Amino acid sequence: MKVLYDVIIAGAGVIGSALARELSRYQLSVCVLEKENDVAMGATKANSGIIHGGFDPEPGTLKAKMNVEGVPLIYKAAKELNVPFRQCGSIVCAFNEQEANTIKDLYDRGVINGVEGMKLLNKEEVLAIEPALSANICLALLIPSAGIICPYKLAIAAMGNAMDNGATLIRNFNIDKVIRNDGAFEITSVDGKTVEGKFFINCAGAHSDVIADKAGDKFFTIIPRNGEYLLLDKTEGATVHHTIFQVPGPEGKGVLVSPTVDGNLLTGPTAEVSCSPDANIITQAGISKVVNQARKSVPGVNFRQTITSFAGIRASEKNSDFIIKASDSVAGLIHVAAIDSPGLTSCFAIAQYVINILKDNNLTLTEKEYWNPVRENTEAFREMSYEQKDEYIKEHPEYGKIVCRCEGVSEGEILDAIKRNPRALDVDSVKRRTRAGMGRCQAGFCMPYVMELIARENNVALEEVTKKGNGSYIVTGRI
Amino acid sequence: MDNIVKHDVVVIGGGPAGMAAALSVWDNGVTDVVIIDRETSVGGILKQCVHSGFGLHKLGRELTGPEYAAEYAKRVFERNIKVYSDTMVVDINKEKLVIATNRQGILKIQAKAVILAMGCRERSRGALNIPGTRPSGIFSAGTAQKLINCEGYSVGSKVVILGSGDIGLIMARRMTLEGAKVEAVCEIMPYSGGLTRNIVQCLEDYGIPLYLSHTVAQIHGKDRLEGVTIAQVDENRQVIEDTKRYIPCDTLLLSVGLIPENELTKMADIAIDPVTNGPVVFQDRQTTVEGIFACGNVLQVHDLVDYVSDEAEIAGRGAACYVTEQQKDSSLVVDVKPGDKIRYVLPQKLNVNNSQGKVDLYMRVTEPMGRTVFTVCDDKGNLLSKAVKMRAMPGEMEKITVDLSQIGSAESIVVKGEAGK
Repeated sequence: MKVLYDVIIAGAGVIGSALARELSRYQLSVCVLEKENDVAMGATKANSGIIHGGFDPEPGTLKAKMNVEGVPLIYKAAKELNVPFRQCGSIVCAFNEQEANTIKDLYDRGVINGVEGMKLLNKEEVLAIEPALSANICLALLIPSAGIICPYKLAIAAMGNAMDNGATLIRNFNIDKVIRNDGAFEITSVDGKTVEGKFFINCAGAHSDVIADKAGDKFFTIIPRNGEYLLLDKTEGATVHHTIFQVPGPEGKGVLVSPTVDGNLLTGPTAEVSCSPDANIITQAGISKVVNQARKSVPGVNFRQTITSFAGIRASEKNSDFIIKASDSVAGLIHVAAIDSPGLTSCFAIAQYVINILKDNNLTLTEKEYWNPVRENTEAFREMSYEQKDEYIKEHPEYGKIVCRCEGVSEGEILDAIKRNPRALDVDSVKRRTRAGMGRCQAGFCMPYVMELIARENNVALEEVTKKGNGSYIVTGRI
Repeated sequence: MDNIVKHDVVVIGGGPAGMAAALSVWDNGVTDVVIIDRETSVGGILKQCVHSGFGLHKLGRELTGPEYAAEYAKRVFERNIKVYSDTMVVDINKEKLVIATNRQGILKIQAKAVILAMGCRERSRGALNIPGTRPSGIFSAGTAQKLINCEGYSVGSKVVILGSGDIGLIMARRMTLEGAKVEAVCEIMPYSGGLTRNIVQCLEDYGIPLYLSHTVAQIHGKDRLEGVTIAQVDENRQVIEDTKRYIPCDTLLLSVGLIPENELTKMADIAIDPVTNGPVVFQDRQTTVEGIFACGNVLQVHDLVDYVSDEAEIAGRGAACYVTEQQKDSSLVVDVKPGDKIRYVLPQKLNVNNSQGKVDLYMRVTEPMGRTVFTVCDDKGNLLSKAVKMRAMPGEMEKITVDLSQIGSAESIVVKGEAGK
């Protein structure tokens, strides 16, 4: 017998995951369809990981509203979900008089948007708190409410918590057809699987225009933008203490220099219109641009300590505002599209906004008697003292075996990632959950063992273990 | 937590350097020496080096990597030297308190002397910033070597190798023997960083083309690697656009350099040489922190394991002397500096009034050279030593000997290479 879900969400990025988690409070059946082998595989996987204060979006836009409402909600959810974050504050730098005027405008805009605690700092004041900044700085805007968070860890935790509370995640479900009949959606994948639901929420990121088209309601076009980043070793993590922005331009917020929650230094992104929503391409020009732009605000960034470069796609749209609305033509269809920056900051505000739309469309929302907002801290072991670790290892010997030497990740933590919702099914998924393979050697040493653990726990052959699902196999067979 | 365990000498790492160092400590009269090794069995990276070519200098026989390791493991077990296996050191400080973890718990060991022998790691793709996508099928040469030789799996059928370091050359042959087609080995420099014998035996004998001054300019493929664009580079190592050429392949191996693994070294505040990326050491391989020694690839990347064993013996002897307080205090320190055509010299410092005569200085040249005259001079220009080589390559370590008694009151000495007549 087929299940008729109350709500089907297309896309398990940070938006789909946050929405699934918020919907899991209610007595509803919720199903998330994800075309990849893991959650957080689109824009969520590779972005700046910034919780924006909210000074940037134009007052009156949905972005401004969601951003400012989203800040306290994301901090609250991150605490409940045990996702590490740091309210490190951000600084916007002006290097000439024109930029200084823009910064003053941003300050005014922030006040209108309701951002609290902002401060304009002159050169001496800003260099006193952030000595690595370029001496060419003439004015700066400090936004203390801004912070940093790991975007994919947030999505993983939100989806895991949703699943623990009863939501269903179906991976490798590449939507082919969306048919509405008899008051329900029938959604078919390219490989012939079918699910049915009463409401269909399009959180498909860079593919949301394609999904809108398949659902018979295409009125917007996503312009995918490629953003390239360089990630530096932990030795460089303390180069700056705040997220350092340049004055935003028409392409976005420009190249930033920021510590990450894991202690690395992140620089980027570029913002180039991409040929494809799946491109994620690193270019020589992009790398040079990141290096040059980052050095403009922080001249001493030590790019010799770069450990990896990556690129992410942002789902932009010509009107530069979020599209969050019920379809005008298809009943039960809701679009959550064009979620580029500040989408991460806004994700839980967006979830709330969508829930209100569902209410307006007569979905009955009754809270569950028992709903657990908390996801167990997956980093608890790392945070223990040596004495505590010793005791814990005596009970759980697998935590005494270090698999990833660069990041110091134990077998116990990797097994936990493989077993806990949403289960890590491939090597990159283990990496995102545990950091195994994310360090200096970039998995040179630990990958064979991580592959073995995945194969063993899923009872599959090593040949079936992939880097990131689909055809990304690693070994090709027995010698 | 259990009480602190005490040992005279703790050797961190059970590869060729660690084993030879521990043996040397023992053979120099200090029997309370232990080895801490991350892996289940000692031998380190040699376990996956199933090719031959090891031991010619040191043991007078041509052995495979596992055979060379087994020879040293046998000696370790004969002496009953304790090995903490499956145990990883996570912290070490200047006071030589070593903290390690294994399946039994957290281990705290207070040592009188420590020998660092953690080896090195391969430079990754990330550090290279090759443009393109992020598919599977890109391996460091050593990772592929492990998957093939230790796990018994093939990693692909059409291969391009970037970098002509020794592991890359060895893997070109290994993959060919396993039925794969190696389409190209690209080396960004105008010369190879590998041993000449490996270029002949691993590439030329199998008809594998080596493209010098070439790099991989782009990686293609969404899920699994589908191909790479290779291109020639100019003298600034920038890609020459109209030389770009697409090669379909499912596997890219990277052999673009080795980096000493000095995370623990830095925890103990030991000075690091920015050129070798390893600790600064004296002739007994003692680092700038008293009682902490270093040897093998953690100190400098070697081209032959035989020389690793030699170096480890020096460090082991140094640690044994230190523990038994045979070592005299020395206030006379001479800096050893690389001069013309010399990339680095090791040891970087000499204890002059603490010496037993002659010291070997190890070095690498900055570029391929023909007949070369190496000289060591003091800061006043006095010639201390001279050696002539028919040819010198950056991929091959060179050696020159100095007599400490000749150094006198110099504050530093300089080693130079010169195209010789």
